[in-house]
Amino acid sequence: MASTDTTDTTRPAGDRAAKDGGDLAGLEAGLDALESVQQGRTPLRQTLVEKVLPPTVAVLLVLAVWQALVSFEIVDDPSKLPAPSDVWDVLQQSWLQGELLGYIWTSVSRGLLGFCFALLIGTPLGLLVARVKFVRAAIGPILSGLQSLPSVAWVPPAVIWLGLNNSMMYAVILLGAVPSIANGLVSGVDQVPPLFLRAGRTLGATGLKGTWHIVLPAALPGYVAGLKQGWAFSWRSLMAAEIIASFPDLGVGLGQLLENGRNASDMAMVFEAILLILVVGIAIDLLIFSPLERWVLRSRGLLVKG
Amino acid sequence: MATTTTLAKAADGTEPAAYAARIEHVSKSFAGPAGQQLVLDDITLDVAPGEFVTLLGASGCGKSTLLNLVAGLDRPSAGGISTDGRPALMFQEHALFPWLTAGKNIELALRLRGVPKAERRDKAEELLGLVRLKGAYGKRVHELSGGMRQRVALARALAQESKLLLMDEPFAALDAITRDVLHDELTRIWRETKLSVLFVTHNVREAVRLAERVVLLSSRPGRVAREWTVGIPQPRRIEDTAVAELSVEITEELRGEIRRHGQH
Repeated sequence: MASTDTTDTTRPAGDRAAKDGGDLAGLEAGLDALESVQQGRTPLRQTLVEKVLPPTVAVLLVLAVWQALVSFEIVDDPSKLPAPSDVWDVLQQSWLQGELLGYIWTSVSRGLLGFCFALLIGTPLGLLVARVKFVRAAIGPILSGLQSLPSVAWVPPAVIWLGLNNSMMYAVILLGAVPSIANGLVSGVDQVPPLFLRAGRTLGATGLKGTWHIVLPAALPGYVAGLKQGWAFSWRSLMAAEIIASFPDLGVGLGQLLENGRNASDMAMVFEAILLILVVGIAIDLLIFSPLERWVLRSRGLLVKG
Repeated sequence: MATTTTLAKAADGTEPAAYAARIEHVSKSFAGPAGQQLVLDDITLDVAPGEFVTLLGASGCGKSTLLNLVAGLDRPSAGGISTDGRPALMFQEHALFPWLTAGKNIELALRLRGVPKAERRDKAEELLGLVRLKGAYGKRVHELSGGMRQRVALARALAQESKLLLMDEPFAALDAITRDVLHDELTRIWRETKLSVLFVTHNVREAVRLAERVVLLSSRPGRVAREWTVGIPQPRRIEDTAVAELSVEITEELRGEIRRHGQH
């Protein structure tokens, strides 16, 4: 073993320590100021131009083409293609009769309630699949396979098992949404950087504490993506169930409205129903799930601006 | 027999531990493509209370593996490691949790250590003050610069109130100016807190700049090749002549170790 004992004789060490103390704080403050990223919010005008204008233009364009098809009699059979104004009239009529909100509420309340059930089942299921090897090997592949099964396939067995009632609707929603939610959580957990787990362990977060403080928050982006997809699947499953299993006692939701329109050969009503299904599905996503996802990503610096 | 024990001696206050970490005849091998591969071979090393030791070595010397063993993240294949309490660990990447603010990252460490809720906030602010980041409490990780992130990570490690701080090349990814500043900070904090530090690096000057003792590991398998006691008084500068002279000597030795691997 060699040992070196050299002393710096250029300056007394005490002096230097005092001088360095002040220098260092200043230097550090300078570095911090230079290297920190300043982020401001985008002005409202820019948001309007970049985010609101393009989809508005697209919708107006579709309406214009639609109106042209009717006006120039390219499709001159109102029972095949009603004019936009006819659909508007039907919409207005159901609004004036006080039925429009009823249709929407029947479906939305079913959809959201079913989604909440799916959340309660899908979350622990996903956690179990993600964390327990045996469970993953046993049902992991089935769970991801179920995602590609069109949920409309569940309607006939659900009707036979449960009859024509609300529980049958919820069963179909669950079978459609639970796999998405569970799979989202599984992929979220799989993508947790191992570094976070190691850091957590050195801080003393092991076992359940580790799951609660490290794994779950780290998996949140994947989980929220799963929720978003879960909602889309809930809504689709519900519409399939409402169209196929329409029964007067169940109350008229958007799916039944569509089916009623078909039975009455009222194309304007069919269009009204399709538009409402589309708009409500998008609205729930825009009002609940997209803001949730943006908040999660932004707070972690994962949302790239531009 | 392989053991990892944690001494509880200091907790009852009767008798302070004679060392912060004791590594005795530790070997570690991993299953590789060519059978069992020996990564660490019979390492024996003590870190005294309050001592600053750097582990220096080229790639493949197993210095990070050794640090993981001391941290208790992995078990040795042979030999024993004992530490005075659970050590804190700092990584090359800041490893701060992006879903928490800087302050909450520190508070999580306090919470997991069992500090009551009412005290956490004050304690976190105090630790941020120690790394000169007053006012960064509510900042998100992505809003901080690389140097600031490592300082928050240091504050989080200090929040564990361990007697031993393990550092795995924590400044390797920083630019030179920031690294110099963090060397000064680390030296200041080490002297204020009287922590024991085991610091892993492949940067010879950094090792000499910081440590009281530099331990050179050979590569494949890692063995203790040589040790130097650094007598240059703190605070040092990385550009000091004495630091440079010793660095030249150690670098020669390190190059010799590396050259041996090209000779077959």
